[in-house]
Amino acid sequence: MSERTPTNQPRRSRLLYTSAAPDDRSRMRAVANNLILHLHPTKVPAPALKWSYTWGLGGISATLAVVLIVTGVLLMFRYDASAATAYTSIQLIETQVLFGSLIRALHHWSANLLVITAFLHLLRVFYTAGFKDGRSTNWIIGIILFLIVLTFNFTGYLLPWDQLAYWAITVGTSLLSYIPLVGQAISDFLLAGPVVGQGALRNFYALHVAVLPTLLILMMSYHFWKVRKDGGISQPKEEEMEENGRRRPIERLTTIPHLVQVEFAAASVLIAGLLLFAIFVPAPLEELANPSHPPNPAKAAWYFMGLQELLLHMHPLAAMLLTGLVLLALIFLPRLDRDAADIGHYFRSAVGRRAAALGALLSLGLIPMLVVVDEWYLDLPALLPGWPTLLSNGLLPLLFSLFGLFLIYALFRWGGRLRHSEVLVGLFSFIFVSLIILTLIGVFFRGANMALVWPF
Amino acid sequence: MTTNTQPAPLTRRNFLKLGLGALSSLAVLEMGAASLFFMQPRRLEGEFGGVVNAGLVESFPVGSVTEFPDGRFYLVRAADGFLALSNRCTHLGCAVHWQANNQHFFCPCHASSFDQQGDVQNPPAPRALDTFPIEISDGQVFVNTLRAEKRDRYTPEQVTQA
Repeated sequence: MSERTPTNQPRRSRLLYTSAAPDDRSRMRAVANNLILHLHPTKVPAPALKWSYTWGLGGISATLAVVLIVTGVLLMFRYDASAATAYTSIQLIETQVLFGSLIRALHHWSANLLVITAFLHLLRVFYTAGFKDGRSTNWIIGIILFLIVLTFNFTGYLLPWDQLAYWAITVGTSLLSYIPLVGQAISDFLLAGPVVGQGALRNFYALHVAVLPTLLILMMSYHFWKVRKDGGISQPKEEEMEENGRRRPIERLTTIPHLVQVEFAAASVLIAGLLLFAIFVPAPLEELANPSHPPNPAKAAWYFMGLQELLLHMHPLAAMLLTGLVLLALIFLPRLDRDAADIGHYFRSAVGRRAAALGALLSLGLIPMLVVVDEWYLDLPALLPGWPTLLSNGLLPLLFSLFGLFLIYALFRWGGRLRHSEVLVGLFSFIFVSLIILTLIGVFFRGANMALVWPF
Repeated sequence: MTTNTQPAPLTRRNFLKLGLGALSSLAVLEMGAASLFFMQPRRLEGEFGGVVNAGLVESFPVGSVTEFPDGRFYLVRAADGFLALSNRCTHLGCAVHWQANNQHFFCPCHASSFDQQGDVQNPPAPRALDTFPIEISDGQVFVNTLRAEKRDRYTPEQVTQA
C-alpha cells in the first residue's frame, strides 16, 4: 500500500501508537518493548539477573501457568463434564483426537511440574529472606498462589473420572469433614451431595475452568505488580557493596535485552523439555471410576502424599491442625523474622547455612525412624485403651510433634547460640525436608494395604 | 479524645449515603444468598440414596454378610436380627469390603478394619461403620439409604429384629 509509508501513517494507527517509527520493524519492536516494559522496569540490578540467585523459578512457574491455560482451553473443547461420559471423552482425547494425547500430557505434566517449581520458588524466597524489607505482602500473596495451584491440581484430578480420580477426591473431601463445626457443610457443598457423583464433577469443573483461573490471573498480576512496587526482587542491602571503603554503586542493566533474553531462553528450554517429556510419557489414565471398589492401595495425588502419610500416624484433626499450624507459621514468617539486615543472602549467613544443613540432616534421620517406630512398634490406642482415639491418636502425637519442633528450636537457639533468624532457617529446613521425606515414603514405600514396603 | 455523644445530623446527603450503603449491602446479600441456593447440594434422579428392597428375610442365613454395591451397604444377619452397614469407611470415606476368610470389613485406603457388627478392630478409623435404618414388612427387608446413622460403637438395640 502506497499510503502506508512511515511518513504518511493511516490515522487509526496513531490511536494506538503515536510516535512515528521509521519502518515496520522498528514499529513492531516499539510495541513489543512497550508490552514488556509494562511488566518489567526499564532497568534491573545486575546481581538480580544471576541465575544461581533466583534459578528462574518464578518465571518458570509463570510460563507453566501460560502453558496450562493454553492447553486447558484446548482440552475444554473436547471434554464432557458428565459422570456418564467424562471418562469416554478422555479416552477419545487419548486415542482419536489428533495430538489429543500430547495436549493432555502437556497439561498434566505442566500441572505437576508447577507444584514443584512453585514450591521451590517459595523455598528460594524463604532462604534468601526475600519476604523481608517491605516484601511481606507479596510473600503472603505467593503463599495464596501456591494454595491456588494446589486447589487447581485437586479439582483437575477428579475430571478424568478414573479410579485414581474418584478415590483421591473421596479421601480429600472426607478429610475436610473433620474440620469442626463447618467441615461437613463445606464437604457437602463441594460435592453437592453426600458422595462423589455428578454434582461433584460439575462443581469441580466449574471451579477448575472458571473460578480458579480468574483467581489465579488476578493474584498473579498482583504478585508481579507488587514485585515492581517493592523495588524489584530482593537484593543484598546496597551499603554492603563496598570496595576499599568506598560505596560501589550496583550496576544496572537495561531490561531489554538483558533480562528479556534470559527469560526467553528459560521459557524456550522449558517448553522444549516439556514437549519432549509429554511426547514420550503420556498422562496416566486408570480404569473407569468404580464407587464400590477402591484400588489397593488407594493413594492421594503425590503432592498430598505427605499429608496422607501423616494421616496414617495420627487422627485426621491432629494431622490437619499440624499442617494448618505450619501454614500459619509460614504466613506469619515476616512477623517472626524481622531482621532485614540479611536480606538477599542465601541462608542468612554461613552459620545459617550450617543450620539449614543440620535441620535437613535431623529430619533425614528422625522422620524415617519415627515412621517405622509408629508403624511396627507403637500402637497408642492399644496402649491407652480407656482413652478416646481423639486424645490417644490425635492430641498426643500432635503435642509430641509440636514439642519436637520446639526442642529443635531450643537446640539451635540456646544450645548452638544462633541468631533467631538463623534458627528459623534450621527449623524450617527441618519442616520442609520432613514434608519431602513423608511425601517420598508415601509415594514409594507404601504398598498394598498401605503397609510399608521396600520399593526395589 | 473527646466523647461525642451528639449523633451526626441526618442531613439529606447523609440520608442518601446511608440509604445507598444499606441498599448495596442488601443487594450483595441477596446475590450471595441466591448464589448459595443455586449451588446447594442436589440429589439427582437415579443416584445413590433411597429405599432399597433387599429381598426376603429367609434368603439371608444367620451369620451372612451380603453386599449391595448399588446401595453402598452390607446387610448383616446376626443371631438376633439385621444390621445394614454403610460401606463408607468412617476414616476418610473409602469403600470397605468384606473379607470372609478374616471375618472383617477391610478398608484398602488406610488399612482400617471392622468386625461383623461394624465395630473398629483396627484404627485409624475413629468410630464404627455407619448404619442405615431397616424396616421389615411382609417378610421383606427394606433399607433406607437416604440418611446414614452415625454411632460410636455397636449396641444391641441397633439390630432390627427379624
